[in-house]
Amino acid sequence: MSEPTEAAVRAEARAWLEANWSAELGLAEWRGRLIDSGWGMPSWPTEWHGRSLPPAFDAIVADEMRRVGAVSVARSGVRNLAAATLLEHGGDFHKRKFLRRILTGEDNWCQLFSEPGSGSDLAGALTRAELKDGRWVFNGSKVWTTSAHHADWGLLLARTDSNVPKHQGLSYFVLDMRQSAVEVRQLRQMNGHASFNQVFFTDAEAPPEHLVGEVGGGWAVATTTLMHERRGADGMRLWGAASELNGRIYDEERAEIATVNEPYKWYPQRAGRVDLVLERAKATGRIGDPVVRQEIAKLLTLSKTAEWTARRARAAQAQGRPPGPEGSLGKLAASHVARAAARVHTLIAGADAMLTGEDGPMDGVIAEILISVPAVSIAGGTDEIQRNIISERVLRMPKEPRSDDDRPFRDVPKNRLS
Amino acid sequence: MLRRFLQEKSPPSVVRQLMESDAGWERGSWVELNQQLGLTGVHIPEEYGGQGFGFVELGIVLEEMGRALLCAPYFATTVLAATAIMNAGTKAQQEVLLPPIALGETVATLAFTEPNGSWDASGVETTASPDGGRFRLDGIKSFVLDGHTADLIIVAARAPGSSGEDGLSLFTTRGDAPGLSRRALKVLDPTRKLARLEFSGAPADLLGELGGGAETLEKTLTQAAACLASEMVGGAERLRESALDYANLRMQFGRPIASFQSMKHKQADMLVDVELAKSAAYAAASAAAEDDPKLPAIASLAKACASEAYLQTAIHTIQIHGGIGFTWDNDTHLWFKRAKSSEVFLGDPAWHRERMLRAWGA
Repeated sequence: MSEPTEAAVRAEARAWLEANWSAELGLAEWRGRLIDSGWGMPSWPTEWHGRSLPPAFDAIVADEMRRVGAVSVARSGVRNLAAATLLEHGGDFHKRKFLRRILTGEDNWCQLFSEPGSGSDLAGALTRAELKDGRWVFNGSKVWTTSAHHADWGLLLARTDSNVPKHQGLSYFVLDMRQSAVEVRQLRQMNGHASFNQVFFTDAEAPPEHLVGEVGGGWAVATTTLMHERRGADGMRLWGAASELNGRIYDEERAEIATVNEPYKWYPQRAGRVDLVLERAKATGRIGDPVVRQEIAKLLTLSKTAEWTARRARAAQAQGRPPGPEGSLGKLAASHVARAAARVHTLIAGADAMLTGEDGPMDGVIAEILISVPAVSIAGGTDEIQRNIISERVLRMPKEPRSDDDRPFRDVPKNRLS
Repeated sequence: MLRRFLQEKSPPSVVRQLMESDAGWERGSWVELNQQLGLTGVHIPEEYGGQGFGFVELGIVLEEMGRALLCAPYFATTVLAATAIMNAGTKAQQEVLLPPIALGETVATLAFTEPNGSWDASGVETTASPDGGRFRLDGIKSFVLDGHTADLIIVAARAPGSSGEDGLSLFTTRGDAPGLSRRALKVLDPTRKLARLEFSGAPADLLGELGGGAETLEKTLTQAAACLASEMVGGAERLRESALDYANLRMQFGRPIASFQSMKHKQADMLVDVELAKSAAYAAASAAAEDDPKLPAIASLAKACASEAYLQTAIHTIQIHGGIGFTWDNDTHLWFKRAKSSEVFLGDPAWHRERMLRAWGA
């Protein structure tokens, strides 16, 4: 078969949509058709719900779907990461059991990587996995788990061997979250929201076929998940955007997305709400203060240049050029923007910056910015880790000598907390 | 290609030699630069003997010149003077004035600032009085880039008795005109020579429209701010790389200092500063090329952003070099001083930030 052309793919997708799409269908029925046809994930392999098209064609098909208002396969949340990881590292059993239900939206997923004792140092995970009577048994605890309370399945990184160096003793599992040995507790944040959970395993179980990859090969699998998380996120944009069209199928999709988005509702405030700065400065009259004007201008400069830098990175990617340094800076730049925005919002609010809720500026939105921004420089890789990544991978600076990867994990000093 | 050419023609040894000279540049290598690469005419239309490219290409050239710290009257001639002539001059004037610039025969500059240090039209006090078909200039210009060596000088002057943006026009005069005395100022950055020009009835010709100078001067300075941002980004990147090279070489406590996290994090921050400034300079160059109405805001943003990134990078680079970074023999101070003069030249960051907000209607 010859290479597909853009025009041919567009025409074929359009013809299929004309024959099959209807806003009158139920969400499950429509997604079933979409998945069977392969047009839901065009770049996935033909044998696994795709059409084996080069990834560049995804945008063309998405374009055709948008044109007729067709609802896509379920994409939001951690299910994306699960699908990408299982496609790359999973066996036929995993793909058959999980992929279709990910795309239909029937199953929700969560990611069980970070622990109270290992945040930046993920490979230091302590949660144990032991094979007992032919089943894997898990004990330990995971944290910062978004959506754990309504997840059906978890992507779990656990330690299967403490007698080898840390990275070599990890394995990767799919864990059934709907078992009583898995306890989910909400974590309340400093801004009052509870978007994350701590998850406890007390002899939780999984059958042997729920191991993904090899025993001891978990770190490589986890790296795939993390790579997709960073690529898809610039930080953390796992939430979806619902269509504004009317009809039963759109209502069903909106409900699905609303559930996934719920933990993220304060995220715009977390990023600093640069969009509010000028209108707030005008409304309060602070726009006339030369000091405030300078700070606003500095913030807008930072925010604009961060946006232009992200655009440069996308342009380079679209032209197939090798990624330059501009692609690795987004997360760190976003932290700078958020911090600067919180400072400027404080400057504009003056004494009102001490108030929250309906007594605070904009019914508490400004207060929520001020107490949410500290998360940006931590979540999804701290600023410090970002600087390490930039200096080691982009600038090729030498790694610092370390004292944890040349000895069995049991001999590595650990947190007393965990 | 341009980078290699400039590396060969403008290594630090040549920069040091030229910066010690009174002129600050050398005519032989200037002519060579233009004969081999046609750089002075990059954004001059082909019909006037130029290359016919735009501000994006000019920005690329300036980035490389900033990187090499080229000692040549390029910014004065091509960026300031040629752009002013293209903005203000009639077709007949452009036909006469631009080809010798494009050929590299004429070195030119724009004299607009005065001892009051104002970067816009309101600071112009020099007067131009009608005298037959020509004009006579009286007043003092200062901070004039390459003003003591330029063959052709474009002067911003006003009708006697006018003020603000009214009555302002651009004029051309020769460097050796009677009634013009000029001297080089003692400059902090010896790679960017500035001069003081005293006009006592010096003869001059009107460039473009009488009274139309405020608008053309403003446009020229806006485009020049975008250009300076590109030049600064090139210099900042050169410094960042030299700091990285040094950190990789320098051994302390038995390991390269580049392996210490304090150095790595500083380098990561420097990369962020330089890359964000680069994005700003590119955005400004594109806006200038397209004559985008948003250019005044974007050019000021880029000028302010690149000024601060350049100076901050220079400060970090000296710090990373330690004691050796503060010596005359180490090259870092050459770029540090250019960063300092660039910070102020054409308006400092605070001035440009204010200008940016006003352009945005805030």
